[in-house]
Amino acid sequence: MTKSILFGALTVTALAAGAAAAGTLDDVKARGKLNCGVSTGLVGFAAPDANGKWGGFDVSLCRSVAAAVLGDADAVEFVPTTGKTRFTALASGEIDMLARNTTWTFSRDVDLKFTFVGVNYYDGQGFIAPKDLGVSSAKDLDGATVCIQTGTTTELNLADFFRVNNISYEPVPIETNAEAIQQFLAGACDVYTTDASGLAASRATFENPGDYALLPEIISKEPLGPLVRHGDDEWGDVVRWTLYALLTAEELGVTSANLSEMAAGTDNPEINRLLGTEGTLGEMLGLDAGWAQAAIAVGGNYGEVFAKNIGEETPIGLARGLNAQWTEGGLMYSPPFR
Amino acid sequence: MSTITDPQKESFRLSMLLYDSRYRSATIQFVAFLGFIILVGWLIFNTKQNLDALGKGVEFKYLFEPASYDINQRLLDYNSRDTHFRAAIIGLLNTLVVAALGCVAATILGVVIGVLRLSNNWLVSRIMAFYVEVFRNIPVLLWILFIFAIMTDLFAAPKAFRGDSATSHMQLFDSVAFTNRGIYIPEPLFSRGLGDIHLFGNSSIRFDVSLDLWAFVLVLGLSFWAAFKVKKRADQIQDQTGNRPKTWYLRLGIIVVPTLLLLVALGFHLGYPALKGFNFQGGTFLRKSLIALWLALSLYTAAFIAEIVRAGIMAISTGQTEAAEALGIRSGKIMSLVILPQALRVIIPPLISNYLNLTKNSSLAIAVGYMDITGTLGGITMNQTGRELESILLMMLVYLSISLSISAVMNWYNESVKLEER
Repeated sequence: MTKSILFGALTVTALAAGAAAAGTLDDVKARGKLNCGVSTGLVGFAAPDANGKWGGFDVSLCRSVAAAVLGDADAVEFVPTTGKTRFTALASGEIDMLARNTTWTFSRDVDLKFTFVGVNYYDGQGFIAPKDLGVSSAKDLDGATVCIQTGTTTELNLADFFRVNNISYEPVPIETNAEAIQQFLAGACDVYTTDASGLAASRATFENPGDYALLPEIISKEPLGPLVRHGDDEWGDVVRWTLYALLTAEELGVTSANLSEMAAGTDNPEINRLLGTEGTLGEMLGLDAGWAQAAIAVGGNYGEVFAKNIGEETPIGLARGLNAQWTEGGLMYSPPFR
Repeated sequence: MSTITDPQKESFRLSMLLYDSRYRSATIQFVAFLGFIILVGWLIFNTKQNLDALGKGVEFKYLFEPASYDINQRLLDYNSRDTHFRAAIIGLLNTLVVAALGCVAATILGVVIGVLRLSNNWLVSRIMAFYVEVFRNIPVLLWILFIFAIMTDLFAAPKAFRGDSATSHMQLFDSVAFTNRGIYIPEPLFSRGLGDIHLFGNSSIRFDVSLDLWAFVLVLGLSFWAAFKVKKRADQIQDQTGNRPKTWYLRLGIIVVPTLLLLVALGFHLGYPALKGFNFQGGTFLRKSLIALWLALSLYTAAFIAEIVRAGIMAISTGQTEAAEALGIRSGKIMSLVILPQALRVIIPPLISNYLNLTKNSSLAIAVGYMDITGTLGGITMNQTGRELESILLMMLVYLSISLSISAVMNWYNESVKLEER
């Protein structure tokens, strides 16, 4: 029995590694569908709506890539992954790309053999606490019980933060965001910690969001971005430049409203190159000339996607902050389309 | 003239490997074995080649990097600067704790339920049958989650215990607190303790040996040994004279008095949990995840053990009971002196496999965030280091070792209780 399990595991590994070697772009085109790994459900970033249709900030990027490659924003198979399963899913070839609030770190990039193609959200780890807990700073949390999602960088940041500040805590490791929220609301932990954007998104779903507050400390840098497998640069370029196309579109003022008008040709050569009326950028990527136009048509430019899913007008209410364009004091900076 | 010749020696021909029934089965087995070896070799080779193509060779150095994460339930001291190897040991101990607790509880419950199910009392036997059917027919994962959810909703958060207008109170003379984080019970403390011995310095396998505990175990062991000697002597006197001297007070005294004296000498007292800051402090904290896992595994496995016990008892012919009754033995004594000892030889072999099942089922711990070896080595370590193959192989090795050890111990016990067959 034990033997057969061992061989089973080896077979799976062998098959998985075999699948990973082929060119992903060709695979996706041949399949006619993009397999995109997302979170198991984080409102605003990736969650299915009442009709089972996935939507959100990360989901939108998957749809843009699908539109750029296949010309169809709905040709996406969304694969929900937990903090623990996501890397195995990507490494094994079960998914083509991962867009799941995943922090870009050295070891994930270098040792786990993934390529982070960019950053679509600059985040940091925060704490949420009930207001009646009477805590105004994370440094007051000595002896507190803290809910965390297991298998994430937040687990490591948390250990470092409490260690550096020489205070104790009781970690309660939990598999998914939904279960963590449930334990937090039941009072089984005093505070819940994850990326500040995730906390804001979760708080929006609480019955009484006003009873809970985010603590002021942001204890880490969490650049979140989409990633692909190491060693498939053609595919990495497709995902990277789809993200940059959305960023550049915002910078150049291309919106979902004026997209078709601009696609007819403008005075600005960079817009023309982006939208494929000039040059052969699409061909270089192995895509149609109108790839970026299709990607932008899904949900508008980066700013529009942000505003629609997680911006200040939504219940999640995140300000642009670091995620504003570089021209407006943020960190979003796309290399030129040339 | 005739000469006696030996029957001509049949020379061996290659075709006989296939056509001679004396050799055929060996040939087939050899070919099958060769095929098996080739298959295994191909799998290993293929895996290695693909891992090399990914740039991820198999190596175990990662075990000695700092783990960088914390573990809530730890039997040995551990902090986030310790190695992944140490984290795996902490997880292994947590696995062993819940497996041991589960096996003990499941055995006690299972024997009681199995015996009661054979009761002549209609209501009792029906209730036990109901218990068995409900528990063994629902997956154990659901029971774990169910008990976890019940504890979350049934008990109050620690803050409900605070202040004058507290809505919850500690139970049993303010010594036990039931919260939705777990149960706080008093802990044994020694004010004049003997201290600990630190072994293995600062390495990953360091541990402290509590001298108090060893002194306690030693004294208790010696007491039981002395009490056993007294009983032996009583048996001897009974054999020789037919009169059995009353020794129970002597034996009780031998067991209780030295232990009590030791406890007083060490300054034994109980540390009670008290609400301080965010949580109860002091006392022993039984986490919700441990309790949910322990209870669910015990209740679930007890249902199977109950059936095994029932089968074992029913395997003993009624003639044994009738004979015992004819000798005038009371019905309770018949069960414990006549039936159960004979039933054990039927019960123990399937009991072993249930212990193994319980131990392996404990790997469902991750569902409630109990940090067993699947949670540490197979969970966070694997996830943070990306060493899936190595971690899974190590875990398989660990579970295999645990299972084989349980089997060995139980088989030894089985040997020692089985009937001498002549």
